Amino acid sequence: MVYDNPDDVKIGLEVHVQLNKLKTKLFCGCSTDYHNSDPNSHVCPVCLGLPGSLPVINERAVEFAIKIGLALNCSIVEQTQFHRKNYYYPDLPKGFQTTQYDYPIAGNGKIVIEGEDGERVIRITRAHMEEDPGRLQHIGNIERSKGTLINYNRSGMALIEIVSEPDMRSPKEARRYLDKLRSILDYLDVFNGDLEGAMRVDANVSVFNGQRVEVKNISSFKGAERALLYEIMRQKNHIRRGGTITMETRHFDEARGVTLSMRTKEEEHDYRYFPEPDLVPLRVADRVPEVIKTLPELPDAKKERFMKEYNIADMHARALTIEIKVANFYEEVVSKVDPKVAAVWVADILKGELNYRDLTIDAFRVEDIVDVMELVIANSITEQSGVEIIRTVLDHGGKPQDIINKKGLLKVEDNIVAKAVEEAIAQNPEAVADYRAGKEKSLNFIVGKVMQKTKGRADAREARERLIEKLKE
Amino acid sequence: MAAWTDISGIRQKIADSSAEEVTASYIDIIGKSKINGFTTLWDEAINVARDIDANSHDGPLAGVPIAIKENISTKGISTTCSSKILQGYVPPYDAHVIERLKEAGAVILGKTNMDEFAMGTSTESSYYGPTLNPWDPSRVPGGSSGGSAAVVAAGEAPVSLGSDTGGSVRCPAAFCGTVGLKPTYGCISRYGLISYANSLEQIGPLATNVADIAAIMEVVAGHDPRDSTSINKENTYIDALAEGVEGMRIGVPEEYLSHGIDEKVEKLVWDSIHTFEDLGASYENVSLPHTRYALAAYYIIAMSEASSNLARFDGTRYGFCAEGDNWHLMASKTRAEGFGAEVKRRILLGTYALSAGYQDKYYLKALKVRTLVKQDFERALANVDVLMGPTMPTPAFRIGEKIGDPLSLYMSDVNTVPINLAGVPSISVPCGFADNMPVGLQITGTHFDEKTIMKAAYNFEQNTEHHKKRPPEVA
Repeated sequence: MVYDNPDDVKIGLEVHVQLNKLKTKLFCGCSTDYHNSDPNSHVCPVCLGLPGSLPVINERAVEFAIKIGLALNCSIVEQTQFHRKNYYYPDLPKGFQTTQYDYPIAGNGKIVIEGEDGERVIRITRAHMEEDPGRLQHIGNIERSKGTLINYNRSGMALIEIVSEPDMRSPKEARRYLDKLRSILDYLDVFNGDLEGAMRVDANVSVFNGQRVEVKNISSFKGAERALLYEIMRQKNHIRRGGTITMETRHFDEARGVTLSMRTKEEEHDYRYFPEPDLVPLRVADRVPEVIKTLPELPDAKKERFMKEYNIADMHARALTIEIKVANFYEEVVSKVDPKVAAVWVADILKGELNYRDLTIDAFRVEDIVDVMELVIANSITEQSGVEIIRTVLDHGGKPQDIINKKGLLKVEDNIVAKAVEEAIAQNPEAVADYRAGKEKSLNFIVGKVMQKTKGRADAREARERLIEKLKE
Repeated sequence: MAAWTDISGIRQKIADSSAEEVTASYIDIIGKSKINGFTTLWDEAINVARDIDANSHDGPLAGVPIAIKENISTKGISTTCSSKILQGYVPPYDAHVIERLKEAGAVILGKTNMDEFAMGTSTESSYYGPTLNPWDPSRVPGGSSGGSAAVVAAGEAPVSLGSDTGGSVRCPAAFCGTVGLKPTYGCISRYGLISYANSLEQIGPLATNVADIAAIMEVVAGHDPRDSTSINKENTYIDALAEGVEGMRIGVPEEYLSHGIDEKVEKLVWDSIHTFEDLGASYENVSLPHTRYALAAYYIIAMSEASSNLARFDGTRYGFCAEGDNWHLMASKTRAEGFGAEVKRRILLGTYALSAGYQDKYYLKALKVRTLVKQDFERALANVDVLMGPTMPTPAFRIGEKIGDPLSLYMSDVNTVPINLAGVPSISVPCGFADNMPVGLQITGTHFDEKTIMKAAYNFEQNTEHHKKRPPEVA
């Protein structure tokens, strides 16, 4: 079925990714490991913008940027250059941000997402490098703050800004795009998405081919979906009441779930971009071949391989390859158990239990899931017991074997059931005769005896089948 | 203690007495100064000199006192660019050149006056008031490194560092009768030099003689990983000085001897060129056809860069801070009260030149002119070894004479700014006196060929007496 996009929604996203896996900042030697440190403890003359200090480009950051560009199917520019974006704000210690303008390091890429009506290509306009500003901390709330503190620990952190074309048609597609982007970046091992401020989103939205509105201050993927839902509804309502949408920048108020006008087009800054004289143009084309060698197998390729190599369903392969950690976990598991069974256990059961608890795959051990699956396959425990073991490990810890012993989850052994069946037949000749004479109900009586003898650990259905077999003799 | 001592004389004095005594004698001279050349004296200077003595420091500049321009960062010593807005700012780090000088054993005497943020040709726009020219206190010392030139001319320091964005070392060197070098762009690390126009400027030494310039260059030049525009080139300068100038081909750009030039200055330049002829060199007239556009291009580029470079001075982190009800008011008031008139003029013009809708017309066009000016130099220097002309079209003008007329002040930079646009090295050496005021000969060479221009300057100096003349009142 084709999605007809009834409101002609167009969404483009600008995502700032902090390269927090670099050891040092973009233009100085300060450590990036500031997240649990005192304010202004990870600073130097360069990232504080002290008079006379000069930036020096972090080569590793350039490698990371090339890697990201390649993973987003971009072309890498021959020679890149930094520009100054001039504006005043207290978190910006130089009075300008060093960023890229007409020679971004990467451009013209694309990523494929699962759209409203199947696979959808989202075009990437560009990916460019820039420095992060510091952080303001208001004492009290922003409107009635008594004072503001500035922490420059973040100042000068390397960012990659990834700009998409307005190719998304719904908040859901925007969310899928963000998830996919996060997935690719995780694969590249260039950032830790769990750290605060690691990914920040600005969205451009229009409806009915109208003017676009930029929504800023979105701090999570869930927030992006909510902000977009609200903004689309607001624009539609405004038009329905006879209004027109004009170009403006709006601020997403996460607490209230609404967007508020920040400035109209007339109030837009003139950033007076010009080339950063302190950084010479950087030839990057020569570095590309080396970086290509470091590119890992990416989610789409891994999904295809899983389908072929393990003969698993598209849906399972997708679920297993979104997160690199899950994919690696699965591959460890399949070295020991059947891939198709493993796909069900990892993608459906384990991931379901993890999601329910807001946990990651790190919360479970490969050997434990292998143990559980082997016991189920050997018919030593029931599937239901397997699930129970997983839940217990997640909630209380422990090893599967101990949980089985403690809870007595092991199915009774075959010969015990067989023995109980034989005894029940021998000791209840009347009931056997009745059954043989056509009294179906007598069988229930004999099954009850078998269950008594095995203290309820036999599977009742199994006991019943065995009795039927035996009584045919 | 005789002023006007060169580095070898100082080393001799240190050998005879001590670095401490030499430094003390300079502090004594500075104490009696009437020219307002120093803004700050470093109270540690005498202790540093003592340490040099105690450790028998054997660095190339061990015990040599030096004065540093107000815009070069010195750890623990106020560095204000002679502006109100940086009052109270004490850098927590040393500029690359300061690190090098300290390693070499130099003793930093203090900081020298300059035009506010190096924006000027007369040192009159300083927050600390004008520096006076030691040859005539009613005249300017030139700028923007007026303090660095004046203290050397007055014998208050044997050598100094200035910075040259559009002539700021060469102009005051010419006006004060000292030698001043603007090295090739990229020759000396700018790390720690407070930017005015970073694509144009270089730190440069000033001294009473060419050999001392070479000695300072050997210490401060060379690659620094903290300045991406600094280049790793061999930096030996002293050895080349002794070579002669026989066969040297001199180009005399006709544009540098055209309208606006003082007749006496023009005559001194020709006399100098004839001196070179006597030494075996030859000259020819050359043309730098885009010189007439260079001044406009220079000011647009410099002001554009300045408008961005000076944005960081908002009172938030260091320096002067005005009161305001919110950050924007505080920052605006800080800048309104903290910057002087010339700085504000250049920030406004630069902001305009970079604005959307005007950038093509001004900034981008100026960059194109810059390329043409650079090509002028490449073409001219393909056929000759050096270019010679007057550093300044006139001798030092009077204090107050031009400060109210910015355009005529800008016009006096006409011979110096094209060199910064091209990035080539250039040295100003004393070549005589007009109306009892010193005149400078500007010698310009090709990129990273400081040796040739320094050799030319040295040979000229060795065969003339101009540099030996001292200002009245200076012993």
